Amino acid sequence: MTIRVQDPGLETTVQDTGRLGYYSIGFPPSGALDSFAYHVGNALVGNEPGAAALEAVYLGPTLEFTVDTVVAVTGADIPAFVDGEEIPTWESVAVSSGSVLSFGQLRAGARPYVAVAGGIDVPLYYGSRSTYTLVGIGGFQGRALRAGDELALGSDARDVKAGRRLESGDVPVHPSTAEVHLLVGLHSYRLTDDSLARFTDTEWKVTPDANRVGYRFRGAELEFVPREQPFGAGSDPANVTDCGYPVGSVQVPGGVEPIVLLQDAVTGGGYATLGTVVSVDRDRLAQTKTGDRTRFVPVDLDGALEVRRDRLGALDRIRSALA
Amino acid sequence: MTATEAETETRYDHGGDEFVYVELSAAMSLPVHFRSLAITRRLGEEAIPGVEEICPSNASYMVRVDPDRLHPRDLVRELQRIEDEVGSLSDGLTVASRIVDVPIMLNDPWTHEVLMKFRDRHQDPTGTDLDYGARINGYASTEDFIDALAASPYLVTMMGFVPGLPWCFQLVPRERQVEVPKYVRPRTETPERAFGFGGAFAVIYPVKGAGGYQLFGSAPAPIFDGEQRLPDFAENDSVVFFQHGDVINYRRVDREEYDDVRAQVDAGTWRYSYQELEFSPSRFLADPDGTNAAMKEVLYG
Repeated sequence: MTIRVQDPGLETTVQDTGRLGYYSIGFPPSGALDSFAYHVGNALVGNEPGAAALEAVYLGPTLEFTVDTVVAVTGADIPAFVDGEEIPTWESVAVSSGSVLSFGQLRAGARPYVAVAGGIDVPLYYGSRSTYTLVGIGGFQGRALRAGDELALGSDARDVKAGRRLESGDVPVHPSTAEVHLLVGLHSYRLTDDSLARFTDTEWKVTPDANRVGYRFRGAELEFVPREQPFGAGSDPANVTDCGYPVGSVQVPGGVEPIVLLQDAVTGGGYATLGTVVSVDRDRLAQTKTGDRTRFVPVDLDGALEVRRDRLGALDRIRSALA
Repeated sequence: MTATEAETETRYDHGGDEFVYVELSAAMSLPVHFRSLAITRRLGEEAIPGVEEICPSNASYMVRVDPDRLHPRDLVRELQRIEDEVGSLSDGLTVASRIVDVPIMLNDPWTHEVLMKFRDRHQDPTGTDLDYGARINGYASTEDFIDALAASPYLVTMMGFVPGLPWCFQLVPRERQVEVPKYVRPRTETPERAFGFGGAFAVIYPVKGAGGYQLFGSAPAPIFDGEQRLPDFAENDSVVFFQHGDVINYRRVDREEYDDVRAQVDAGTWRYSYQELEFSPSRFLADPDGTNAAMKEVLYG
């Protein structure tokens, strides 16, 4: 009842829906960056919604199964193989004890997910199986997988058949320019009107500094409105009195390198934020890679809630169809 | 700490679909902080369905909401109601607190090495963070500045960034408070247990990682223990040591004492020295130096 890691890929971690309830002492939620891919994977293999799965980035892992089970590969567009034979993705696939799952070269997106019937069985840490590598907690020994690791599988899998698949119209495409919706606000008043307009007009390029904590972008220079700084903030125009950072918030230290916080977010700090990416659009950022481009499309609160409703409604429909 | 600071207009805003951000004031002050504390405490007691997380912070607070259960606009209305009910400053508020002795080595070799690597991201590429802090705060020497940093205790007014990091606001009148900017662009590296300063706040970084605060020193004792190896963490069943409302007395130590604490940590025997107390904001605001002296008396006898 295990998975043997023959090759870990670049940075493969155990993730679930995340660790909620400890943001106020500095624990980010962690959890799958592409929530849609993660949930569909679990639904395809018949798992409960919170079962732990594997999240890889850029390079898929090579995994040997020691049990007959069912798996599904979702997320990034990447060829997957069982014992050298290409398998369909976004579809449940039977694997036999001794079989090896491996991956080819990424075609689009950034993060493939591997869901396994029963889920990955690692201990709960503060209520979640998600890995948070920054401080080395959760998941498998608090770290990304290494060759030779043996992952236990949960036993509460329902009896699912291979060949259940996501309708092709529901499979996300990963364009090289991602569009994400942004609710402008928080400390957006710190930026000049020109700079705010420039932020949403610019196609931002993902820098190499892009990981589960956040993505840094380059593409334009933004300017702050001059002011006498309030006490406690610090004298730099990008400084505010330290406050909580929403997951998905965008900060612009120095005006040249916007940072969007993701699931392993730092939970607070003292750089001005100009708005927040709508939660369901973090899935799209998760599937962008260094060199890809991102546009931030402004929405108001009603628009943000509508994007959320549409995306979560589609997920509910898909899960019901697969149940 | 004037009345006008406590009575500035509160700003309610939405952090995407999942967060509501409430800024009681753009500027930090203790009256504003205590009002934020009183509001978030009341919000917690009311246990409103759909309120998922409550994050009090320095002069603001943040609430994570499940918009499928509670419309973020309805949450804002609830928060405005609570703010009105709590009033401008809760005189009777007291905070269950501890005063904690925290050894700190200022001008240490470890943060010095790192900060010298990142001068290109700093306001003053030619000096050190301590020299810069001393100069912009009007101190005659770096040594005087170091003395001021350790002269009076600090209140933990926010937790976060990463698990267990305490934002500490020095318990002195405004004219004696230190203030420094954060780095122009954050470093990609900060040593574990670094003592940093940004805005009007001192912090200890629990783990190594990115960071934008000025680097002034290093704490020998951990504030995060993921495996709960040390008794302070195991006995409280927590991976973080500090809590909102703790009072921290940063005590300067030399290299010898620093190494001694490190040895105790390695041996698994290290314990913080602390005493429990009720912190009364109104009492402190009426007599800062007297309250500090009394709290130190509780800690050191």
